[in-house]
Amino acid sequence: MSAQTDPAELTGVTTREPHGSSARQPRAGKRGGEGGVLNVFSHGVLVIWGLLVTMPLLWAVVSSFKDDSEIFGSPWGLPSALHFDNWVRAWDKANMGQYFLNSLIVVGGSLIGTMLLGSMAAYVLARFDFPGNRFLYFLFVGGMGFPVILALVPLFFVMKNMTLLDTYHGLILVYIAYSLPFTVFFLCGFFRTLPTSVAEAALIDGASHTRTFFQVMLPMAKPGLISVGIFNFLGQWNQYLLPTVLNVGDPDKKMLTQGLVALAVSQGYKGDWSGLFAGLTIAMLPVLAAYIIFQRQVVAGLTAGALK
Amino acid sequence: MQHGKYRFIAGFLVVPLAIYAVFVISPFVQAIYYSFTDWTGLSPDMKMVGFGNYVRLFQDDVFWAAVGNSVTLLLLLPVVTLSLGLFFAFMLNVGGRRRKKAVIGGVRGSAAYKILYFFPQVLSVPIVALLFQFAYNPESGALNAFFKAIGLDAVQPDWLGDPQLALWCVMGAMVWANVGFYVVLFSAGMSSIPKDFYEAALLDGADRLNTFFRITLPLLWDTVQTGWIYMGILALDVSAFAFVQIMSVGPGGPDYATEVLPLYVYQKTFRDGQAGYATAIGVSLLIVTLIFSAIVMRLGRRERLEF
Repeated sequence: MSAQTDPAELTGVTTREPHGSSARQPRAGKRGGEGGVLNVFSHGVLVIWGLLVTMPLLWAVVSSFKDDSEIFGSPWGLPSALHFDNWVRAWDKANMGQYFLNSLIVVGGSLIGTMLLGSMAAYVLARFDFPGNRFLYFLFVGGMGFPVILALVPLFFVMKNMTLLDTYHGLILVYIAYSLPFTVFFLCGFFRTLPTSVAEAALIDGASHTRTFFQVMLPMAKPGLISVGIFNFLGQWNQYLLPTVLNVGDPDKKMLTQGLVALAVSQGYKGDWSGLFAGLTIAMLPVLAAYIIFQRQVVAGLTAGALK
Repeated sequence: MQHGKYRFIAGFLVVPLAIYAVFVISPFVQAIYYSFTDWTGLSPDMKMVGFGNYVRLFQDDVFWAAVGNSVTLLLLLPVVTLSLGLFFAFMLNVGGRRRKKAVIGGVRGSAAYKILYFFPQVLSVPIVALLFQFAYNPESGALNAFFKAIGLDAVQPDWLGDPQLALWCVMGAMVWANVGFYVVLFSAGMSSIPKDFYEAALLDGADRLNTFFRITLPLLWDTVQTGWIYMGILALDVSAFAFVQIMSVGPGGPDYATEVLPLYVYQKTFRDGQAGYATAIGVSLLIVTLIFSAIVMRLGRRERLEF
């Protein structure tokens, strides 16, 4: 059973470059000057926003190499010497290393769970007729539009009764649950676009429904899975509200986002601003680096939901 | 065969549905029930108080401050963010020098601009909120240092500490964090609009501003509408909570200037031990969310154009 038909073109989420050339010749010659003025203006405003975006990030990175007196004395100046000790202090003493690991464990578990369970539910809802199908679909998708904070008050006590508070597996389950609405919505749409003939052929050849799903449909859905996987990875890695409510008992189990805020509070008391900037940079750089490497996929993944 | 099919369906749905029901659906339903009780959250005892919590909302000044701030964010944040997004995307797509063949074209390096603009989108809210908190710091922050450097020594605002400014400061950080995403999103939409449309309009004597309002915006409307709902929910819920909770001076800012509904729900539950009352606040947040979505959906009812 081969699944060679890789339907990459079906995603419809590729960001095309705007330099499409038009076949016909324009004849609006008298407007020649307008383009030039507009061009200068466009570059002007685009550069200004580019600076507004990069300056705070650069400023944090530069500050992470300064000592405290430089941070206060000359916020815009360059560091006199590169204080790498700030980074060491943040990673070891301020536990950033531990928080990083915690985030990796939880997001690793929840991402696998979300993708597996989300694609299973979406596949069944997209491709099978059964009583209650529409109801279940809207039950899942409806979760996207409700304020999460409302559910969190009872959820805290549900978790407490199940002794899931302050545990990795508890957080993993909650991350999965709150990622399902978008995952099911997106993958349902994706599975509907896949051709039925391949799956039918597999069934006639004697493959079970389960085997057809794992060996035929999932490989065909790869582009969609990558998009929604990136979306979920960033959403779960950057998750702040859920751990702030459900993971407060054990300071060693903090997620990276929580740890960073805790660091801001504690280093603020200690006056260790350089350590704090180092912590901020440690949290910031890996994500930015990953984004630059997988730029195309990340953009496609994050804009996929809004373009559908 | 049929039997096998239903067993397969049930087998695939049972685990995701169970997790979703336990951690999402059941808490939502419970929250609505709790909003009619005097539950503290500290002990399992509670009794029904009917609409008592909702009546109490009407006399709660902090609640109304939170409603005011949440609604301000809801009205302004989507409009400001989406307008900037549309503006920059339009500049990227039509601001180019005229080339030999195309009437309009993208600016040079538009791919680089888009990569750069997208940076904040991949960072977590705590990172962005903390960065801006430093920038706003009245003594050593980048903003006041900048004012000093250009000779404006007298202009040294308290930023987040000033009740008049605090909410705008938070909103500034939220706009900064979200504009880039919409530049990229709208830019992708704009580049799929056929160039002939612009060509025809420009030949008929329209200027570029006209083409934006008559061609670009109507053809992008579906995407704008999706973005609007998305930004509205962001302004009301999780994101607003995180920004305000991290950036604000004290709980809810100076003089409750930055108190927002989701933060108030959190404070009432976990700080004040009034879980029943907190869920009533949460239900009012739900109502605001539903009204907003309904209005945006209605505003957006126009013919779909296929191209």
